[in-house]
Amino acid sequence: MNVPQNQASTKKVAFFNNPANRAVIYQALLMVGLGYFFYTIISNTLANMEARGIKSGFDFLWGTAGFDILMSLIPYEPTDTYGRTFIVGMLNTVLVSSIGIVLSTVVGFVMGVAYFSHNWLIRKIATVYVETFRNIPLLLQVFFWYFAVLSALPSARQSLSLGEAIFLNVRGLYLPDAVGEPGSGVVYAAIAVAIAAIALLRRWAKRRQALTGKQFPLLYATLGLLLGLPLIAFLLMGMPFHWDYPALKGFNFQGGITIIPELMALALALTIYAGAFIAEAVRAGVQSVPHGQTEAARSLGMKEKQIMNLIVVPQAMRVITPVLNSEYQSLVKNSTLSTAIGYPDLFTVFVGTTLNQTGQAIEIVFMTMAVYFVFNMLISVAMNLFNKRVALVTK
Amino acid sequence: MKTKWTWAAAAVAATSMMANAQAGTLEGVKSKGKLSCGVSTGLAGFSQKDEKGGWSGLDVDVCRAVAAAVLGDANKVTYKPLTAKERFTALQSGEIDMLSRNTTWTHTRDTSLGLNFAGTIYYDGAGFMVKKELGVKSATELDGANACIQAGTSTELAIADYFRENKMKYKAVTFDTSDQTRSGFESGRCDFLVSDQSQLYALRIGLKNPAASVVLPEVISKEPLGPVVRQGDDAWFNVVKWSVNAMIEGEYQGVTSANADGMRANGKPGQKRLLGSEGDLGNKLGLSDKWAYNIIKQVGNYSESFERNVGQGSPLKISRGLNAQWSDGGILYSPAMR
Ligand SMILES: N[C@@H](CCC(=O)N[C@@H](CS)C(=O)NCC(=O)O)C(=O)O
Repeated sequence: MNVPQNQASTKKVAFFNNPANRAVIYQALLMVGLGYFFYTIISNTLANMEARGIKSGFDFLWGTAGFDILMSLIPYEPTDTYGRTFIVGMLNTVLVSSIGIVLSTVVGFVMGVAYFSHNWLIRKIATVYVETFRNIPLLLQVFFWYFAVLSALPSARQSLSLGEAIFLNVRGLYLPDAVGEPGSGVVYAAIAVAIAAIALLRRWAKRRQALTGKQFPLLYATLGLLLGLPLIAFLLMGMPFHWDYPALKGFNFQGGITIIPELMALALALTIYAGAFIAEAVRAGVQSVPHGQTEAARSLGMKEKQIMNLIVVPQAMRVITPVLNSEYQSLVKNSTLSTAIGYPDLFTVFVGTTLNQTGQAIEIVFMTMAVYFVFNMLISVAMNLFNKRVALVTK
Repeated sequence: MKTKWTWAAAAVAATSMMANAQAGTLEGVKSKGKLSCGVSTGLAGFSQKDEKGGWSGLDVDVCRAVAAAVLGDANKVTYKPLTAKERFTALQSGEIDMLSRNTTWTHTRDTSLGLNFAGTIYYDGAGFMVKKELGVKSATELDGANACIQAGTSTELAIADYFRENKMKYKAVTFDTSDQTRSGFESGRCDFLVSDQSQLYALRIGLKNPAASVVLPEVISKEPLGPVVRQGDDAWFNVVKWSVNAMIEGEYQGVTSANADGMRANGKPGQKRLLGSEGDLGNKLGLSDKWAYNIIKQVGNYSESFERNVGQGSPLKISRGLNAQWSDGGILYSPAMR
């Protein structure tokens, strides 16, 4: 950009030969071309669809869906609209993706660090895990968990049970649900207060350590606040909760929380698959930290745990974070394998059933692509922010 | 830089050339010498593949009939197995020439998908299959139960209506293919399987222990199944429609694959007209005189196809019921063949 200005000051060039002008013209031409391209595609498609008698437009979103959805995080009845099936599906996508992201991160870090264990067995488990699950197609893993493992569980009437409170059968996992009574709000508030207090405490402790070098037992303080405050509130309010136990009524278990096997299978498969890739990234990240760093830390008298937490992990994160970003994005996209086992996420419900009942393929596929695009943008933005924090700060 | 511009120019040129291509399917099939027909991924009696890779079934016979009428050879068919969800897109996009995959003729499908139903080859209705051990005798006892359903079917809507009508609740567990639906039912993921009655019988014989399951008496919806073509191609629509009618009329007129030759030579006027030795019905469809003769000779009339695939000559042993000729107490009726 500086170059043309230099030239311009020494010698007058023709308008078209000025690279800056040229760039603008080319860009404008490209924009016009692209605009024409999309305009033609869209108007052609619409004209073709009309000529063939295919309905188009977004009015269908207000029509009655008329079919049931296996699982919904918001109230849903077959009398609700197609628009609502979109929301129901989207929330189920968010659910399985979030579970997958959190669990695969945990699994990935545990397995990645296990590579460096001094214990032969643990090291081997980590290697075998990564090599096995990274190399089996994900769809096969989804089928494996669903059709081979979870379908083999006993029927509802012969459920496996744990203390008559937790039940596992071919229809899912049934857990007791804590139901709040009047006063339970105080307990929730206590949890919120605890979290806020922890955040403040952490900042204070960090500042103090930077100034004085004194360390603060953060882990114990965090745990104490997180458990203690709600517990005190719970006791003070006279234990304002009761358990809602699942029980076999008629054909199915009623009450409590139900985790359907489709969700379990998909979440398991996504977690284990992405976890294997994350473990690889963690291993690479840790190995990327020069050995001299560890030795230097050791000669300063740091403990092994401190070396890991303060020296190795912060540097390894620079290698790991970009990989996490792309793994999380793949995980969200891979969650569309839901359709193979009927987990009612956006892809199964909206692109599957809704599309089939309304026939409005273009609109539905467009809306769905937009959702996955936005989700992945959000992940990308969040991970880039995180990356900035862990990136090397050059002074 | 140069190549980039070339690409861009090519893309723009290609875009403006995207014409409204509404090809004549009949000419297309004739010039390809093959009919591309969408069928199910495997459903006993309707469209299933044997060990040698050959397809058979009532739906397959409709494909064969059209191929016989258009190409003179019932074997000139390429079968394209499709799940319930894939079928309409495959037809709309032109991947197949016709769809013959136990597809219910509904108002919405007929009017908003850019498709036309070319007749009914099997009058069906949705019903339920349950395991005997549940002790359920009627669908009205199914309150709170789980249903195994194939995704993208009219069944998904029929069952919602039925449960609403009867103020009962259910949970829909959906699957992509009939194999998966069946294994969901077998594993106990759901209490009952809901589908068109004919398909329940077909799925039942595929169970590990068919005797342990029963089909309940209730029929909860109208499911007239028939072949589908693209809207706006009337010549092709007529060919498929009248190929189906030829099978039905063949039975009505008493023409079978065994006696077609004799009747073509010296049958009654109606038989001769159908078989092309009199009149020019084939010509009006853009086909040869022998169009219906080829159908009946190579595929058989409706009754032959029915009995062979789903009736007494098959493991399904479905009786004609509604699917008998109107003259035998059913509702099968071909418009006048003249
Ligand atoms: N007639 C209904 C249902 C058709 C349907 O797909 N039925 C299932 C029975 S479970 C089937 O035939 N599946 C065969 C396959 O998946 O290929 C419709 O048109 O929507």
